[in-house]
Amino acid sequence: MIEYIALHWDDILGRTGEHVYLAFTAVALACIVGIPVGLLINRNEKLANGVIGVANVMQTVPSLAMFALLIPLVGIRDKNAILALFLYALLPIIKNTYIGIRNVDPSIIEAAKGMGMSNMQILYKVQMPLAVPVIMGGVRIATVTGIGVATIATLIGAGGLGTLIYQGIGMMNYPMMIWGAVSAALLALLTDFVLGLFEKKITSKGIAAK
Amino acid sequence: MIQLIDVSKSYNGKEMVVKNLNLDIEQGELVVLVGESGCGKTTTMKMINRLEEMSSGTILINGKDIKEVDPIELRRNIGYVIQRIGLFPHLTVGQNIGIVPRLTKNDPEKVAKRTIELLDMVGMQHEEYMNRFPNELSGGQQQRVGVARALANDPDIVLMDEPFSALDPITRDQLQNELLKLQEELHKTIVFVTHDIDEAIKIGDKIAVMQDGRIMQYDTPEKILKNPANQFIESFVGRDRLWKTPDMLRARDIMNKDYVRIGMNRPLAHAVELMREKNCEVLVVVSSSGNNPDYIQGMVGRRQINKDYDHDVRMKDIMRTDVVIVQPDMPLNEVLQLREKHKLRFMPVVEEGITVGIITETSILNVLTEIIPESEGF
Repeated sequence: MIEYIALHWDDILGRTGEHVYLAFTAVALACIVGIPVGLLINRNEKLANGVIGVANVMQTVPSLAMFALLIPLVGIRDKNAILALFLYALLPIIKNTYIGIRNVDPSIIEAAKGMGMSNMQILYKVQMPLAVPVIMGGVRIATVTGIGVATIATLIGAGGLGTLIYQGIGMMNYPMMIWGAVSAALLALLTDFVLGLFEKKITSKGIAAK
Repeated sequence: MIQLIDVSKSYNGKEMVVKNLNLDIEQGELVVLVGESGCGKTTTMKMINRLEEMSSGTILINGKDIKEVDPIELRRNIGYVIQRIGLFPHLTVGQNIGIVPRLTKNDPEKVAKRTIELLDMVGMQHEEYMNRFPNELSGGQQQRVGVARALANDPDIVLMDEPFSALDPITRDQLQNELLKLQEELHKTIVFVTHDIDEAIKIGDKIAVMQDGRIMQYDTPEKILKNPANQFIESFVGRDRLWKTPDMLRARDIMNKDYVRIGMNRPLAHAVELMREKNCEVLVVVSSSGNNPDYIQGMVGRRQINKDYDHDVRMKDIMRTDVVIVQPDMPLNEVLQLREKHKLRFMPVVEEGITVGIITETSILNVLTEIIPESEGF
């Protein structure tokens, strides 16, 4: 096992790099789209139900099928993988943003409004800071899921740590397979940990869980 | 000055929550809107800062129609304190107080100075509390910050929506007292909503008692206690309430107005006859001539009559002139102290030389039996 690392560390690192590229690009895009959507749909409950419904359906498509379905649209390789991972990441981010904003204590909103804050000011200065832990929860779920699903992206030629796993299975090369799996797991854990630190940094001490 | 003119509010177009309400709130007055839940008091208050839009009517602030003012601008000039405090949990005490002044682009240094001033004003040491978060404070401290925050922009008007009702009784009492003290210095126009009539009586300059979207009576606490406008107010206020606030009972409330008077030149026989006929123990002797025929000269009681039983004497010869005169506004406790001190049984209540009533044991007892609840089972 150790031997394999000694010989192939550059391969593992390279595949990890591809993996990070796929998952992070997808989640970053999902944040850019999902957070504003989550904020926006707070103004209209019907719209919110519709959007979350669509995102829910997206989540139920099996990952392999998702990759396959997207081939006619964007072909294969990383474009396809990133789009698929992006679609998966949308639901938790939209939903958590929506819920996080909606669950802010109405009396706090009333106080803000009564003090003469505009809707925008209430959103940026009150609701969003208070929703940070919930929104970050969504981002963390999306990231960890994304890193997991990205292991299948190798099947459409997008590379990543899945390549090691599938090749390892095919070649009966267990160390290769196991190192692929362990690296993916470690990557997920590490990313979640780092996101946790980031969340703590941007969450006010006044609302941090004690 | 705030004027509500014919203001109505309906949420569904059918049922009226507030009905053709008229209310004038003078500059610098603390007016309490009090009533049971659902009476429309909170809705009425929220229409003043347009958190609720009225369905019809007009509200003027210093003569200006609030419909013509941008609601954001309007609210920035009206302090607002709510029951559940509504501090922003993610901001420190200092940031909470300074948030609106900072939004209006005030100099940050000035805002910081003002924040310190406000914290001191509500009795919180700024060194200790400025950088704390709301969840590190007790309920009472949080509401102090809530009050400080409402005063941050130095508004002329402050709206308070049951600000103290979630607090424990001791803290509530403290905060009420501090609000009164603060109000003595600041003279804000305060509209205060509560369902607690005790609180209303304690802090209100004026009280508007509301029921079913209407104001049933709008007057000073004292007048509402003494002259409830109708049955509803009487039962809402409670008959025994006056007794809980005895400082509002004054000589004029406990005197007997049906006293018997007699001219100072009348003979003794007449006095005896009067006492028997009216079944009274004491007569007020008046001048009965000149410019002020009702001017009090003295009093005659049974004791004076028994001692000097002689038909020729006149009232002016036997009356006691060392009577202790009481002003109608003298509070009950002072009246009782005077009685005790001078060992008096009768005290005339005199307004500008004219007797308006007398205080006797019976009159005091009558008042007590009237205001003490009938729950004792006698």
